[in-house]
Amino acid sequence: MSRVHDMGGRFGDGAVVPEPEGEIFHADWHPRALAVTVACGTLGLWNIDVSRHARESLAPMDYARFSYYEKWMAALADLLVERGALSADELAQGKALGDSPLAAKRLKRDAVAAMLAKGGPADRPSTVPARFVPGDTVQIRALAENVTVPGGHTRLPGYAAGAKGTIVRMHGSHVLPDSNAHRLGEAPEPLYAVAVRAVDIWAHPEHPQDEVILDLWDSYLAPA
Amino acid sequence: MPHDHSDHAHPHSLLPSDPALRVKALETILTQKGLIDPAALDEIIDTYENQIGPHNGAHVVARAWTDPDFKAALLADADAVVSEMGYYGRQGEHMVVVENTAQVHNMVVCTLCSCYPWPLLGIPPGWYKSDAYRARAVREPRKVLADFGVTLPEDTAVRVWDSTAEVRYLVLPMRPEGAEGLDEAGLMDLVSRDAMIGCALAGTP
Repeated sequence: MSRVHDMGGRFGDGAVVPEPEGEIFHADWHPRALAVTVACGTLGLWNIDVSRHARESLAPMDYARFSYYEKWMAALADLLVERGALSADELAQGKALGDSPLAAKRLKRDAVAAMLAKGGPADRPSTVPARFVPGDTVQIRALAENVTVPGGHTRLPGYAAGAKGTIVRMHGSHVLPDSNAHRLGEAPEPLYAVAVRAVDIWAHPEHPQDEVILDLWDSYLAPA
Repeated sequence: MPHDHSDHAHPHSLLPSDPALRVKALETILTQKGLIDPAALDEIIDTYENQIGPHNGAHVVARAWTDPDFKAALLADADAVVSEMGYYGRQGEHMVVVENTAQVHNMVVCTLCSCYPWPLLGIPPGWYKSDAYRARAVREPRKVLADFGVTLPEDTAVRVWDSTAEVRYLVLPMRPEGAEGLDEAGLMDLVSRDAMIGCALAGTP
């Protein structure tokens, strides 16, 4: 069993409502929320997998009722306190109660462009051999769970768990989120694009030729 | 066995419940603490409001429509090609471009969160991040396309790419009929953000 964020295939959500291309933010505080989150990331207290897991670990009721950037803010506050950058008292009082040794790492305005241009690539050399090549049939793990950490982060969606798939592309070796989200090391391993037929994962597929393609790590897969 | 601590404490509940006040409070504390620089925040916002957006992706698409060698290189190794055009960056470190044809229509989603090719398309639209899109795009992509007013031919297969890793996908839409006389800028005008996510077709001249 996964967490509340794993909603692929869920019923009952209603229509998708298109919006004009120029609309990026829908409230004045949205861009601030985005920017605060991006800026805090450069303090070096967490990686992208840790931050995703913090959002997914919001109580299901909060995850469902919070808007997108509210989830970001809640997870950010939780992480900042968890890592000791801010104290619970500071959140409660709405003001700083002392200096921080992390201030030296603060993102400066003139460093923003280079930081965004540099990004954070996830490919790494790995000692894990690639067991599959494009065209191979694979069996996707039946459990959409982190197999090391109970309740931990994984990128295997429930709807694809247990299905058969076909390797369609190799992406090289990438950091394994199931490990990296829990500070257990980057544990890079081969990453593949895996095609799953709609008829194999849905009771009522729309079309016999349709497919979903997921990026899955070697340890999520077994030979079929 | 390592244990997941995150279920026990949710300090965010100490902040004001109104989201605008919540962000303001966090920004204030972090600024006082010296952990963020408000000028850097302004710079980040300006980048995504005014500099990086779907025009970058449209530039790539328009060039692919007019230059077969460029298109072949783009489909073979998008990272090298978009880097050369200055479109490498955060949330676009591992790009793959997938081509729509009469046989296959591609769509992109992130069912687990909101992964999206920022350097080519900017910040994702609200609908891309919505529960409805994340839930439905993989199970009923054709009904989702109908929400956008798009109907595919019955013999076109749909491939939905669920962005579960750090690879980011961009759809290369089919070049519309009647665009032969247009230059690159004219072609870019036919390429919408939604078409590069796979939820629209290219516009017609």
